[in-house]
Amino acid sequence: MSSYPADLRYTKSHEWLRTLQDGTIEVGITDHAQQALGDLVFVEVPEAGRHLAAGDACAVVESVKAASDVYSPIAGEVTSGNPKLATEPELINRDPYGAGWIMRLKPAGGAATETLDAKAYEAVAAAGG
Amino acid sequence: MLDRIGVGAIDDLFDEIPKALRIDALEGVPDALPEMDVARLAGARAAADGLPLNFIGAGAYEHHIPAPVWALVTRGEIYSAYTPYQAEASQGTLQIMYEYQSMIAGLNAMDVSNASLYEGASALAEACLMAVRAHRRSKSARILMPATVNPAWRQVARAITEGQGLKLEAVPYDAATGRIDPKSLEQFAGEDITAIVVPQPNFFGQLEDADALTRWARANGALIIAAVNPVSLALLAPPGEWGDGGADIACGDAQPFGVPLSSGGPYVGFMACRMEHVRQMPGRIAGRTVDTEGTPGFTLTLQAREQHIRRAKATSNICTNQGLLVTAATIAMAMLGPEGARRIASASMTNTRKLCDKLCAIPGIAPLFARTFFHETAVSLPRAAHEVVERLAHDNIVAGFALGEEYPEFENALLVCATETKTDADLDRFARALAHALT
Repeated sequence: MSSYPADLRYTKSHEWLRTLQDGTIEVGITDHAQQALGDLVFVEVPEAGRHLAAGDACAVVESVKAASDVYSPIAGEVTSGNPKLATEPELINRDPYGAGWIMRLKPAGGAATETLDAKAYEAVAAAGG
Repeated sequence: MLDRIGVGAIDDLFDEIPKALRIDALEGVPDALPEMDVARLAGARAAADGLPLNFIGAGAYEHHIPAPVWALVTRGEIYSAYTPYQAEASQGTLQIMYEYQSMIAGLNAMDVSNASLYEGASALAEACLMAVRAHRRSKSARILMPATVNPAWRQVARAITEGQGLKLEAVPYDAATGRIDPKSLEQFAGEDITAIVVPQPNFFGQLEDADALTRWARANGALIIAAVNPVSLALLAPPGEWGDGGADIACGDAQPFGVPLSSGGPYVGFMACRMEHVRQMPGRIAGRTVDTEGTPGFTLTLQAREQHIRRAKATSNICTNQGLLVTAATIAMAMLGPEGARRIASASMTNTRKLCDKLCAIPGIAPLFARTFFHETAVSLPRAAHEVVERLAHDNIVAGFALGEEYPEFENALLVCATETKTDADLDRFARALAHALT
């Protein structure tokens, strides 16, 4: 059974967002997404300093038989990509909302992808979205 | 079959392609011929080549091919150009690819090799595209492409990469040495250069200062693409050991190992790289693993780079490999072993030095560059080289490559190569014929 913490926001493309205390936004992929992909073998995270627009492909998650892009839900400048994922991609399978975070970015304002609360996202995931 | 699948006519199968995009007839492609006529035509074309005494290299090299190579390649079990669709059902094919990759990686001192590409020219093009993907900090897609890189390879690389936004920028050579002067790169210092191509040996047969060029690239944040002759690697420092830290990508043509000249193809491109770049490498990769019972076996690995999984974002549209030629190259390399490869490389190097001496003893002929070459070198003649090539063709000798075709500044220069296949008597025959042609 997948879990969706109530304190996060979600996107229809299966990312989650967490606002950290300093105002930066942490982004990862949902429990539903990691289960659908299966055991991850490689994650490509964005480099610090990269400027992203909302909807830009910012990372790649790869399992043995599939690879998917991760999209930035908001515009902003990447402050860091999770360095641990280079050697431990399985962190996303094990702890998608914690140690498996993918990137942090400083929001630039402007257009953002529509985000959902946990309940609304759960419905999307349950519908096989 | 059309009845069975419920289609009225063959053309209906192509309904999805808009009429405007279809070509009804291909210009210059003749109608079908019966097998007997084809055999006769092909036989006549092949006979037209004759069996000349050959001194041309210029990217493809005549080496002795031991009889077992093609006797084994043409066995039914492996006589296919293709990677099988259900790859793991063909353990033998995968093992050959794995052995091939191991040998190519070993020769180049790189971490990993793919299962091959079409030929050296498109391998170089793919290496340029790969460098742009791999070098994430570089935004320019500028690749330094020295004029000493095989001109045909440069042309193919340009055709394949320019439409994808790459900028291949020429680097001139030093006319006295026939090599890139590392100092000439200083004009690019401080600029965003994605990669530099380092040919070794270069098109003139000359040995580049690969260490200095590699160090310059490292210091200036550019990746290094080595374009190498695999036979030369038996003697020369492999790309993985150049400069401080080695090249990032090595590519070339494995034709010299087991593949006949065949009027220009098919050949077999190879590509190897450092492990950190492997996910940007195009093509298939065979890996060794164990099955659920712990038995060793072979598999295609890192497939998520490829188009059947990554679709439009795949590293390349290349999803096949030169299976048949890979098999020939693998058997040839296995038969030679490191010691045999060294013998062939040194015999070719020695023969070309002897040839150069014999030719330069003829009045009016001189070496074009300093004597720092591997198994191919340019000499300057007292008249246009292409005329001399035509003259010697009448003596059934392929005299070499007239450099003026690609380098107008060298109208009188002839690029020659004498591999281990040439005897002293062959070299003398060439020298006599050339002396005669100049009188």
